[in-house]
Amino acid sequence: MDFRLDEEQRQIREMVHDLCLERVEPRAAAIDESGEFPWDIKELFASHDILAIPFTPDYGGVSGSAVTLIVAIEEISKFCATSSLILSVQSLGSLPIWLAGTEEQKRKYLPPLARGERLAAYALTEPGSGSDAGGMRTRAIKHGDGYLINGSKTFITGGSVADTLVVFARTDQDGEGSLRNISAFIVDKDMPGFKVGKLERKLGIRGSPTAQLFFEDLVVPGENRLGREGDGFKLAMRVLDHSRPGIAAQALGLAEGAFELARRYARERHQFGRPIAEFQGIQFLLADMATQIEAARALTYAAADAIDRHLPEINLTSAMAKVFASDTAMRVTTDAVQVLGGYGYLRDFPTERMMRDAKITQIYEGTNEIQRLVIARALLKETKS
Amino acid sequence: MDLALTTEQEEIRRLARDFAEREVKPRAEAIDHGLEFPRDLVEKAAQLGLLGMLVPESFGGAGLDHLSFAIFIEEVAKFSGSTAVIIDVHTSVGTEPILLFGSEEQKRRWLPDLATGRKLAAFALTEPEAGSDAANLKTTATRVGSGYVLNGSKIFITSAGEADSYVVMAATQPGSGAGGVSAFVVSGDNPGMTVGPPFKKMGLNGSAIAEVFFKDCKVAESDRLGAEGEGFRIAMRALDSGRIGISAQAVGLAQGALDDAIAYAKERKQFNKPIAELQTIQNKIADMAVKVSAARWLTWNAAARCDAGLPFTREASMAKLYATDIAMEVTLDALQVFGGYGYLEEYPMARRVRDAKACQIYEGTNQIQRIVIAREVLTA
Repeated sequence: MDFRLDEEQRQIREMVHDLCLERVEPRAAAIDESGEFPWDIKELFASHDILAIPFTPDYGGVSGSAVTLIVAIEEISKFCATSSLILSVQSLGSLPIWLAGTEEQKRKYLPPLARGERLAAYALTEPGSGSDAGGMRTRAIKHGDGYLINGSKTFITGGSVADTLVVFARTDQDGEGSLRNISAFIVDKDMPGFKVGKLERKLGIRGSPTAQLFFEDLVVPGENRLGREGDGFKLAMRVLDHSRPGIAAQALGLAEGAFELARRYARERHQFGRPIAEFQGIQFLLADMATQIEAARALTYAAADAIDRHLPEINLTSAMAKVFASDTAMRVTTDAVQVLGGYGYLRDFPTERMMRDAKITQIYEGTNEIQRLVIARALLKETKS
Repeated sequence: MDLALTTEQEEIRRLARDFAEREVKPRAEAIDHGLEFPRDLVEKAAQLGLLGMLVPESFGGAGLDHLSFAIFIEEVAKFSGSTAVIIDVHTSVGTEPILLFGSEEQKRRWLPDLATGRKLAAFALTEPEAGSDAANLKTTATRVGSGYVLNGSKIFITSAGEADSYVVMAATQPGSGAGGVSAFVVSGDNPGMTVGPPFKKMGLNGSAIAEVFFKDCKVAESDRLGAEGEGFRIAMRALDSGRIGISAQAVGLAQGALDDAIAYAKERKQFNKPIAELQTIQNKIADMAVKVSAARWLTWNAAARCDAGLPFTREASMAKLYATDIAMEVTLDALQVFGGYGYLEEYPMARRVRDAKACQIYEGTNQIQRIVIAREVLTA
């Protein structure tokens, strides 16, 4: 039993940390303020092979380990949660190809994503189907050798900047069938019939574009279908089992970033003639924050390690990490604002941004309510732990 | 990163699970309700070699690590918090100070009997006036001839009266705080030591907790552990790994409660379906499971760091704080899943709630843990 990172992971952590401290942290407030996708950060990550971390060397990547990936996501999120999404969504959007793609599909799509020449996105959610993802209405109808896709998606992270998107659609004829009638397709942003709708205005993660997507008679060749027809829903769920530790890592990084600010502030800020860190009220707050972070870190790394070890219960461990780390991030960032008092509430300090950013981690990639259902289902199926 | 248990640790888990299911579970209710000290279970654990887990084989122990110890305590605590704390105190704070700070001669003298369970160990630090403020000891150890004479009293001593060996902290330089404390090993049959009647408590009813009185209690110089003045450091080090044991006890109480809640939710029908199908019950079960899992990882992390020779004070305090706080929450929530039945003493749910409360208090209250953690993170 050893929670310490190995040498390669430590090196990646250091590299990402130093790079983010120097280049990302100074940009974080402006990215949030402008609400624009930070192309410069994307280029920075691509040129330092950070976007290649989710991919194995045989597909042009540098790692492919889930633990290594969350090390990087956690580190970036300490400084800028929006920027960390560039990496997590690159992973999320390519996971369906990695998990269900043919050798040919992997060779074609993964290397440009690993090099950061193209960006990926994952299009599952629809206006009428959020938690109830199986209730989607977007349809893919057989059309010659391929499919004709019609419908729309919403809340698609990076949807407006992505080049390669994995889109889930119903392949049954009446459009009202079961979960077994959903299929996954690789869609190129240049395909005729692909349209980006409006970008949402949001509480946080403002530099990460959240897009509506429209498909109007979008023709997709048959070779772009991922896996068998009807296997899409299962694939969508498997992808989330693999990606949720990444959201947990983002939440963890946010909590750690906020904690570090609170810790430093508590030592520097004097009231009643001494640093507020000497008051038990602040000490206990910091102790609880640190303990919750430690617990979130353990669950998050255990979940990623379970993926790397191919353990059977990643459905359970990933959901546990996601729900716990994101709830922790919400509490810890809120408490960090509290430690900084009035200053914490000001845009001059990053804590209020971190608190706004933390909220999304409780919602996306399956709301925490859905995580609890996933966990309960897994446990109630077993006879005993 | 390597989060897998070793084959040996998996083996201990199987052995402990088997011991807990077969021996502890059927006895747990009687131990609690009859206020029985579970001498029989302690002896059975000793026969399996489980009482000397941390003691090297050269001193008659099993030479296992703290992670194996945590695994064992968790399994026992799933069914009996009382039995778990007796074994925990014996193995960690009762024996480990000798292991870590004893001379070769002292180890040879005491460890084989403790490792094989021929003798049971206790740890005496707390006093009526020195609880969280543990350095403020009133019990004195005065040099007399070639040895010492102890005078004073201790309180809240687990296994008092049942134990054969006590690690006792006393002031060799009264009034000089932590630096004036020394540690001694006092035999249970020392005529200068008497034990009060076991306290009546909310829970942990099978564990004897009592006052210990020293009146001109003579000990030899060779009964002193470490140097004079080193006692407080010895006590703090003992508590660091003692906290791993208490965390494991809390994880066990919570896991046992969760297991029972899951089984009950699947069987209990209301509104024509098992209550497990109701989302409010599912949410409770999910939240309980996440907390138990997080607490177990924190406990194992602290144990693994201790075994690797890394600093683990911060990790042990975090594990203790978190695991015991969630044990309180989870045992209460699990009782709630049982509804009215959970409130009855015929089921183990109420007992676990009563046992869990102690975990937030002993081995350093959770308020003290927060002070330790804050100190660690603020000076980092």
